[in-house]
Amino acid sequence: MNKTVSNADEAIKDIKDNMTLMLGGFGLCGIPENCIEALVKKGVKGLTCIANNAGVDDFGIGLMLKKHQVKKMISSYVGENAEFERQLLSGELEVELIPQGTLATRCLATGYGMPVIYTPAGVGTEVAIGKEVRKFMVDGAEKEFLMEYAFDADFALVKAAKGDTHGNLIFKETARNFNPMMAMAGKTTIAEVEELVPAGELNPDHIHVPGIYVHRIFQGVNYEKRIEQRTVRKKII
Amino acid sequence: MLDKTGIAKRIAKEIKEGYYVNLGIGIPTLVANYIPKNMSVVLQSENGLLGMGPFPFEGEENPDLINAGKQTITTVDGSAFFDSAMSFGMIRARKVDLTILGAMEVSENGDIANWKIPGKMVKGMGGAMDLVASAKNIIVAMQHVNKEGESKLLTQCSLPLTGVSCVKKIVTELAVLDVTPQGFLLLERAPGISVEQIKNSTQGHLIIEGDIPEMAID
Repeated sequence: MNKTVSNADEAIKDIKDNMTLMLGGFGLCGIPENCIEALVKKGVKGLTCIANNAGVDDFGIGLMLKKHQVKKMISSYVGENAEFERQLLSGELEVELIPQGTLATRCLATGYGMPVIYTPAGVGTEVAIGKEVRKFMVDGAEKEFLMEYAFDADFALVKAAKGDTHGNLIFKETARNFNPMMAMAGKTTIAEVEELVPAGELNPDHIHVPGIYVHRIFQGVNYEKRIEQRTVRKKII
Repeated sequence: MLDKTGIAKRIAKEIKEGYYVNLGIGIPTLVANYIPKNMSVVLQSENGLLGMGPFPFEGEENPDLINAGKQTITTVDGSAFFDSAMSFGMIRARKVDLTILGAMEVSENGDIANWKIPGKMVKGMGGAMDLVASAKNIIVAMQHVNKEGESKLLTQCSLPLTGVSCVKKIVTELAVLDVTPQGFLLLERAPGISVEQIKNSTQGHLIIEGDIPEMAID
């Protein structure tokens, strides 16, 4: 059950043009930095990327956008990237904006083996256009829900703080975000971790994603972990 | 007239002991500064944290610990981390007591528009549609009129909607209003603002019953 590969290049070697990828992270927090770097190096094109955000100009998915590797982004918020905006306005890039909770829960549905979810997010808005609406009783009143489909992604690329050779994953703080449900949703899931340990070293009670969902795992290198908005307060001495 | 701080201070008075609260970006974020210190309130950040604390001290920023605005933050005693699916699960299941967010327009039946301006670069709705679709109680912090002096409290929103019939209360630089089945019910005036001024700044149906008190803000 050893799922270890040596590095990001080996992990992504069979990702091909025009595939659909899920990438974990919220903003630049908890993104699969090593896999993104390897994809940029490999130069695969025409990718559809399911990720909450699109990175910034010179980091995260922004690096792939700069190399024109992305055909379509499926995200909830993409506002931090000038190159993204340029490609979108020029028609080079397609974007599908979906509510953040819908994005997370559609990933979850995939990993739970459920074809659809029903959510009230977007009812009565343009997000609802063309979607099946059903009414259910909630707290004694009828409420409308949209039917949304589970995702179908060739690969999920996720980042965890710790992992073991069986692919069990543990996340840290808010770097968890979309990583667990995306890890569960990939046809092939690649996990990069800051610390890779032999099976048996992680406490089974502490595992966030069990290794059954993870196909390849490697210890990442040179994490930059860039901060998008550095906000601090002064120490009062 | 209230400034942004004034709006935040007034909204803070709506928060009650034991509340779980989600604060949006902008003025709503400022509300955290005016929650009484002795009140037990837990702030939810939809990227996966209950118990959001203040910004870290300089040099103690942690790139793995951010809020939904991607700002570096801290935790507090009793904090808990979770993933994005659970985060929106607790929002959808109406566990969050109060959602405070900004808006570009609100209509007299409680529709809200705050994510898209046609012709301008669209950044996305983030978690706003999920929040407004499920929240038990939504307070909107917004400007009563735009730069041209036109009302943003309307009969019907002109911008693409974020959610329908969901806003419960609005705090602007001019007034505090409840959204009722009959329209905007005027509750309080900002210091120095007359009922007449509020009337002239509200395009949607405004209900004025009796004397309207001036807001008490410390």
